Amino acid sequence: MSAFFTVRSLVIGALLVFLALLPVYVATTGQFFPLTLFTRIIILALAATSLNLILGYGGMVSFGHAAYLGLGGYVVGILAKEGITSGFAQWPLVLAVCALFALVVGALCLRTRGVYFIMITLAFAQMIYYVAVGLDRYGGDDGLTIYRRSQFAGLIDLSGKVQFYYLCLALLLAAIWLVSRLVNSRFGMVIRGSRSNERRMRAIGFPVFRYQLTGFVIAGMMCGLAGALLANHTDFISPAAMHWTRSGDLIVMIVLGGIGSLFGPLIGAVMLLVLEEGLSRLTEYWQIVVGPLLLFVVVYAHGGIDGVLASLRHA
Amino acid sequence: MHDEVILLFEQCLNGLQFGLLLFLLAAGLTLVFGIMDFVNLAHGSFYMLGAYFAATFAALTQSFVLSAVLALAATLAVGMAAEVIAIRKLYGRDHLDHVLGTFGLILFFNELVRLIWGPAGMNLALPPYLSTSIEILPDVYYPAYRLAVIMVALVVAFFLYIVVMRTRVGMLIRAGASNREMVSALGINIRLLYTFVFGVGAALAALAGLIQAPILTVQIGMGENILIVALVVIIIGGIGSIRGAFIAAIFVGLVDTVGRAFLPEFFRLVMTPAAASALAPALSSMLIYLLMAAVLVLRPQGFFPADGR
Amino acid sequence: MRKSVVAISALIACLGVPALAQQKSVKIGFISTFSGPPAVIGNDMRNSFELALDHLGRKVGGLPVEVIYEDDQQKPEVGKQKTDKLIESDHVDFIVGYIWSNVLLASLKPAIDSKTIMISSNAGPSQIAGELCSPYFFSTSWQNDQTPAAIGLYMNQKGVKSAYLVGPNYAAGKDMMAGVKATFKGKIVGEEYTRWPDQLDFSAELSKGRAAKPDAMFVFYPGAAGVQFLNQYVQAGLKNQIPLYTAFTIDETTLPRQGENALGIPGAQEWVNDLPNDANKKFVADYKAKHKASPSFYGAQSYDAALLVNSAVAAVKGDVARKADMIKAMEKADFASVRGSFRYGNNHFPIQNFYLQDVVKGPDGMPVLKTVATIVKDDQDVFHDKCTMK
Repeated sequence: MSAFFTVRSLVIGALLVFLALLPVYVATTGQFFPLTLFTRIIILALAATSLNLILGYGGMVSFGHAAYLGLGGYVVGILAKEGITSGFAQWPLVLAVCALFALVVGALCLRTRGVYFIMITLAFAQMIYYVAVGLDRYGGDDGLTIYRRSQFAGLIDLSGKVQFYYLCLALLLAAIWLVSRLVNSRFGMVIRGSRSNERRMRAIGFPVFRYQLTGFVIAGMMCGLAGALLANHTDFISPAAMHWTRSGDLIVMIVLGGIGSLFGPLIGAVMLLVLEEGLSRLTEYWQIVVGPLLLFVVVYAHGGIDGVLASLRHA
Repeated sequence: MHDEVILLFEQCLNGLQFGLLLFLLAAGLTLVFGIMDFVNLAHGSFYMLGAYFAATFAALTQSFVLSAVLALAATLAVGMAAEVIAIRKLYGRDHLDHVLGTFGLILFFNELVRLIWGPAGMNLALPPYLSTSIEILPDVYYPAYRLAVIMVALVVAFFLYIVVMRTRVGMLIRAGASNREMVSALGINIRLLYTFVFGVGAALAALAGLIQAPILTVQIGMGENILIVALVVIIIGGIGSIRGAFIAAIFVGLVDTVGRAFLPEFFRLVMTPAAASALAPALSSMLIYLLMAAVLVLRPQGFFPADGR
Repeated sequence: MRKSVVAISALIACLGVPALAQQKSVKIGFISTFSGPPAVIGNDMRNSFELALDHLGRKVGGLPVEVIYEDDQQKPEVGKQKTDKLIESDHVDFIVGYIWSNVLLASLKPAIDSKTIMISSNAGPSQIAGELCSPYFFSTSWQNDQTPAAIGLYMNQKGVKSAYLVGPNYAAGKDMMAGVKATFKGKIVGEEYTRWPDQLDFSAELSKGRAAKPDAMFVFYPGAAGVQFLNQYVQAGLKNQIPLYTAFTIDETTLPRQGENALGIPGAQEWVNDLPNDANKKFVADYKAKHKASPSFYGAQSYDAALLVNSAVAAVKGDVARKADMIKAMEKADFASVRGSFRYGNNHFPIQNFYLQDVVKGPDGMPVLKTVATIVKDDQDVFHDKCTMK
């Protein structure tokens, strides 16, 4: 960031300050619902940020990323149902399971390109969706209620709304920081280079496949963490969390907010979910706006909100 | 033993019927994808509109056949309008842009239908002459309507084949699928061709939608689930290939139907009926995706790709 | 420009509803399905609930009442979200509704955790009648297993020796199958579960049913699926070959679309529109006059839910903070129910009669539902022992 006080950095700064101070507002007015809403926004922003690493920067359009939300959530849910509620046992397992799934799926999917890549990532997500539906013991299609959140031996109490919110916010900021480090490193250069011209990268001598797979695994793990947070937030997990339309929602957030920008996914998540909450109170038919809005952004405003903000500097 | 064979035979007929329905849907999708290189997720919305139009016209005209024809005409018009207003702005863009733009269209059409027709879904009644069962073999009864569906779909498939293989328009379509720049260079009005093809695709989807309406459903969002299966079909069959779509659709229809019917028996040997019945449909649904994944990994162009790549 | 749109919409979403100064009205949250084909049921429930409030003079326990209706879209996770919203954002005093057992199960925890009184006017999963029971939960409907158990008894009475069972694979479907199997003395020659809610093609199951050659088939398919199943059953030529016994498949919401296909097919229910008590006569007559259609059991149960809430608030003279006292009052079931009087078991599920309903041609030639007999009196669900409440 060359100039510190660009329009875009001011807006992002204001948003971050708002997010940091939200619990204070909530504590003074006693209205807890905004905190619940924004916890959900932050968790989904984390998921979208993870997807942006491979989609926005790497050009790998995965239409099955919501699978990791489900995987993370189900690891927590299944362990909780079987009596293992310690977060120290659950969360590392979440990361391990997601890494393994991403490794296998990525190894197979990354051999394809373009729309075939989109379809095959979707196929794997649907497969894991149907596995969850078939898990009769864990509720199947009806879903699984989680009666005890992940326990951290007194270090932090996830049932405390404010504590949980700050934990999610901290993890989101850490994720954004991690993405920025990755993207600006040699690893990031290879990923971004492969997005614009893969043949050239290979010609230069980089093992593109290995780099892309690594990115895929990191993104999967990050999203799995978001899944664990989501399961704790809603005390519930069901296969619906990983339906392909949820992957679509994540992509919509990224596109609205700005593909390939650090804070784009967060902006997109805030915008989409606030719009959803706000519009749904005004009219039952609010969804009729979202469709054309999305089409409009895709056709005319390709950089999303972040793109618009960035261009304002030159105005 | 005799009963098991009859059951298998009936299930195969059902699978054939489902496969043909998938073909109608996949044909339009693969045409549009092959010729305009355009991924149309909103194809399922035309499927839905076909069913809604047919149900509405049936209530007005009391004639099943007439309402079917009117519904096809109406959806053709909507399809062509959508192409001119929205779709053509996305040509030449990334596939992701197509996916996102048409995803937006899905949301729009679902809400539009809800606004116009209300949330409750509609009914399309069968004409009495089709509401019976026919004894196709001694002691084997099969619903007359499902037989009619099979026949209609086969006729349409045959008709499509004739048009694509034996007429000038069909030649343009095949040429466009393998090399669109050439077709343009030859002076053909590409814009008109595109609009026409898109409209025909929408009409085929509408036909599929209105055909299944008396048996299954007319409701909002009915296009989404079957759209995914149709996409799987065209990937397996090869994008742009009508022949590939036909073969893949029949295959997928049979696997899904027969799988759902017989897998529970198999699982019941080792688990409770409820668990078996949860796992079997899940597994047979998974089978389709596993198949597609295998095809993509081994033969990325599908089995019958349209272009000679 | 865009940043201010974002900021302003965020602020608006945050400010929410300013906290009310005093508890001057009773707030009720109502969750049902108001989109898609099951909206027919949701609307029936809403109309009936509103009719009850009209009959109460738009006051509950003497206080004005505000109802907030939310749509669960037939999905457990959406129902749960809406339940959360009603509790946290709207601060409702009561939550009523829930057509679907899986939606109810997903939404139970937030209500119980926040000590909000929850009344199910339809779903009755076995878990909530048993180990998940809670003082804050009441049912004005039944426990899922009871109705099919009644049909099982009737099938015994009719001398049915073998049966083929079909139902949807979700919480309620499993309860229904278990219910029939608990009382039916014959042989079960097949038990099929179909994908719910999107499987509407039953050709495979009907074929297998025919092949199994049972004396009868039992089926549970609520709403639009019931319409589809019956139509396909008739289309397959089975109506004259294998008799069908039903639970929750034929009711006033589905009958208009099932038409003559439903004639002569019996079902069991705790309420039929022609029950002879005064409250019911008034309910059915006023509903018909206002909506030009007959109410269904979904509506009747929602009507009763409004009366139950009224009895609670009246008992504490409007002081809805006294939850324990309201619960005590509710346990007495002290109101004029449209099904006739009943009492509550320890798990807050009704102990009531179940009737046999049949479909006959009405005076105007259209099919109507009619009570034929009482199958069982003062029936209690079999899970109340698992509930630790007294």
